Amino acid sequence: MCRLCAITSNEFFSPLDNILALETMKEGHDGSGMGLILKNLGGEFESLKDFPILSGICSKDGLHKMDVFFNKSGFKLKYTWTPKIKPVKGIESRDYYFARVYDYPDEYKDKSSDEKENLLLKTRLYLRAMGEKDESIIVFSFFPDIITLKEVGDPLQLCEFFGLDNSQLKAKIIFAQGRQNTNYAINLYACHPFFIQGFGSMTNGENTAFVPIREFLISRGFPGYIGYNSDSEVFAHILHYTCKSLGFPLTYYKDVITPLKTSEIEKREDKEAAEFLKISLRPLCIDGPNCVIGFMPDGTCFMVQDAKKLRPGVVGGIKGRVGMMSEECGLESAVSSRDRTKDVFPMKYDMVIVTPGAEEVKIWNQLQGWTTITN
Amino acid sequence: MEPATRLDNNHELTAQDFPYIIRWRDDRCKRCGRCTAVCPMFAIEPSVVVKRQIKSIGLSPEPKSERSVETVVRQTSDIQKFCTGCATCNLVCPNDAIEPEYNPQHKFLFHKNEGGHPYRRGGRRNDPETSTLDRLKFTRISMLTDPALDAGRHEFRIRTYLGRILPAEELPLIEDNGKLILNKSAGKFVPPVREIYPVMIGSMSVGALSPTMWEGLAMGITYLNEVEKMPVVMCSGEGGIPRRLLKSRFIKYFIPQIASGYFGWDEIVRAIPEMVEDPCAIEIKYGQGAKPGDGGLLMAHKVLKLISEIRGVPQGVDLPSPPTHQTKYSIEEAVAKMIQSMSMAWGFRVPVYPKISGSRTAKSVLNNLVRNPYAAALSIDGEDGGTGAAYNVSMDKMGHPLASNLRECYLDLVKSGKQNEIPLIAAGGVGRKGNLAANSAALFMLGASAISIGKYIMQAAAACLGDEHNRCNVCNIGKCPRGITTQDPKLYRRLDPDKVAERVVEVYKSLDIELKKIFAPMGRSTELPIGMSDALSADDRAVAERLQISYAC
Repeated sequence: MCRLCAITSNEFFSPLDNILALETMKEGHDGSGMGLILKNLGGEFESLKDFPILSGICSKDGLHKMDVFFNKSGFKLKYTWTPKIKPVKGIESRDYYFARVYDYPDEYKDKSSDEKENLLLKTRLYLRAMGEKDESIIVFSFFPDIITLKEVGDPLQLCEFFGLDNSQLKAKIIFAQGRQNTNYAINLYACHPFFIQGFGSMTNGENTAFVPIREFLISRGFPGYIGYNSDSEVFAHILHYTCKSLGFPLTYYKDVITPLKTSEIEKREDKEAAEFLKISLRPLCIDGPNCVIGFMPDGTCFMVQDAKKLRPGVVGGIKGRVGMMSEECGLESAVSSRDRTKDVFPMKYDMVIVTPGAEEVKIWNQLQGWTTITN
Repeated sequence: MEPATRLDNNHELTAQDFPYIIRWRDDRCKRCGRCTAVCPMFAIEPSVVVKRQIKSIGLSPEPKSERSVETVVRQTSDIQKFCTGCATCNLVCPNDAIEPEYNPQHKFLFHKNEGGHPYRRGGRRNDPETSTLDRLKFTRISMLTDPALDAGRHEFRIRTYLGRILPAEELPLIEDNGKLILNKSAGKFVPPVREIYPVMIGSMSVGALSPTMWEGLAMGITYLNEVEKMPVVMCSGEGGIPRRLLKSRFIKYFIPQIASGYFGWDEIVRAIPEMVEDPCAIEIKYGQGAKPGDGGLLMAHKVLKLISEIRGVPQGVDLPSPPTHQTKYSIEEAVAKMIQSMSMAWGFRVPVYPKISGSRTAKSVLNNLVRNPYAAALSIDGEDGGTGAAYNVSMDKMGHPLASNLRECYLDLVKSGKQNEIPLIAAGGVGRKGNLAANSAALFMLGASAISIGKYIMQAAAACLGDEHNRCNVCNIGKCPRGITTQDPKLYRRLDPDKVAERVVEVYKSLDIELKKIFAPMGRSTELPIGMSDALSADDRAVAERLQISYAC
């Protein structure tokens, strides 16, 4: 089972907190890779919030190709962050890990955020395609206030490798995932968390409905719905499709992936909508076992499960710092000072939503609506 | 010495030319005559033979020749009275003295065209080989990485939708205080969609079926809906629906079919103002898998009083439906006029969908339907579909196998992103070897939203004798020995409609369990695994490649 650790806070913290929480949840070999997404960045990035950050890895050749591309594209490089790589036995270092901050091309400066986001997506996909064959360029995200780091290896060793223990890299929302040992064919694009246009998610478990969902998403005609090296990538894209493409409130994400029975829908206030979504988005229904942790562009975070197999995902914390973990022991590490009796284990109908800045933890229940709000 | 005339038999066929040879045992037969009385083909007849026996009775050998006249049961050598292998003789024989035996070397098709009339029959394609559907296996089993579900304990939702489904982008919804509500002012037409059990009973008409059989099926599905809460639906076939049923609340479990002969539609249209419920859907038949490009046919001897009343025709005349709808000259016409006018008849509250025979042109039909917002589904009837009457050549040689036809259509829908908008109904040969659940599940995974069965339910619910060795298959002449496809009261009284209904219920209940036993180990339970092609493997590389699934050996 993949280990998942998300922390959302009203203060900047280091990804080391997440990695230590992952470590407490470790069972057996876990060297297939780690992914980190940092959102609401601090330190040197705090003053660069409005500028898109390209996160990725490239070879020397790839770096050259990328520079040539950006020189032509009109994007202007503003700032570059690179981790201080420390050789660690067992981790094969690649040439160049980076998070580069760019300014938009002049003609895009006054365009709407949607147009800017589409440009960023198109650019990321172009770079991905450019370097996919020879793995000379691997890009994970290109979006303001987001940094993504991914590499193959044990999370704790990777922390040392990237020098995260001594780094100033901090953020208010950090998602971390350690891949489990059934993933033998390692491709960094298969590594969670996944990100698309402000939406991100990571998942554990196997998605038994993967193929029909993948086919449905690809056939939406949206350029970002590609990849799917992992069956979990669809969760990020379903989130984007539901909340951005269709413009539905976040709570409907749960109705899309785990629709209610008709007899249950009858009792809902919005029964027409719930029934429509169940029918029209039938191919997006999952059967699990999956625990999904995600974030929205505004910093809202959430956890949902499939409706039957239920993994031991848990949400808990204090006002201003909340952890969302695949197992309770991770939460002990991340927010030890919390009241454990208020920990939430989302059940089949639940969606646990943490408001930006970890102000509130709310439970939305498919049958009952909002049931619990804790501060 | 035999007379010379005995050798002049060139005009006769030998027993070896026939598909079934009667094995009759003189020593067991008590000459009751039941077998010859019951044979629908008059293939066996009582006869007398003169026997010459040599006997020696005394202590010393004194052989004497004795002649005796004995009654026997004989198979005729008249091609018109060929034994169909139905084995009704065996069924009625008290002493197991008689049974037909299949003769693989037969030369039946060389001879069954007397009078210049090609061989006509009922049933389906005579091909006993393993079908593609039976070559598919479910190879994606959930175990440790994702736990399998428990077929007996978990809740399964084995349902599907029949009707045109709007894409989410077009739903008339608006957000109001964090909730999505119906935007009534948008004036958007939302097509009707029915939630049904994904295996339906396909189109078999009152007329093709006997009154007892049709009634049995109808009672069976009504029980399933009302008592078992399984929304199984049934298509009427061309030929109308009894008036009392049309006006009852049970009509919602039925799909009236309109075909090129429009038989029965006078009655249906007249009943509309008095109908208390809408039918489940309307099926427009453009083609049939058993006889693609050919029309329907109810032969004169099946058109008795009841049928003539329901269909609104005189008794005792052949009722041929033309190969195509005569009033339509193009697919655009057919789709635009037929589908819309049928939709309009019920105030756009009833899904209307066409049924076509499997064909290389199926994709073109589908492309057209996709562009018509009123087309509710497409039913594709593969070459193994059955019929009550057709030319043997049509049944055996015309048509497209179902699996690749359906898959191609589904993948075409995927390409255009409309895989959830227009459901594909797969029919024709599902459960041909008895594996109804496995065949159905495989078809769902190839892309079918629903399955239609005909022959299987006749075999399972009423013990239809027909098979792919051309056994029985006399549905066309109204002499069905089981009373399933006949209008002769002497024959259809053999069939107890209550028993048929009971069997329909049993079949569906066991099908439901078997489907769960397939879906549970694959970890699926909430929705039908439509298009879950990663779960399937074929034992043949070419099949796997064509269906775009994996190959496993």
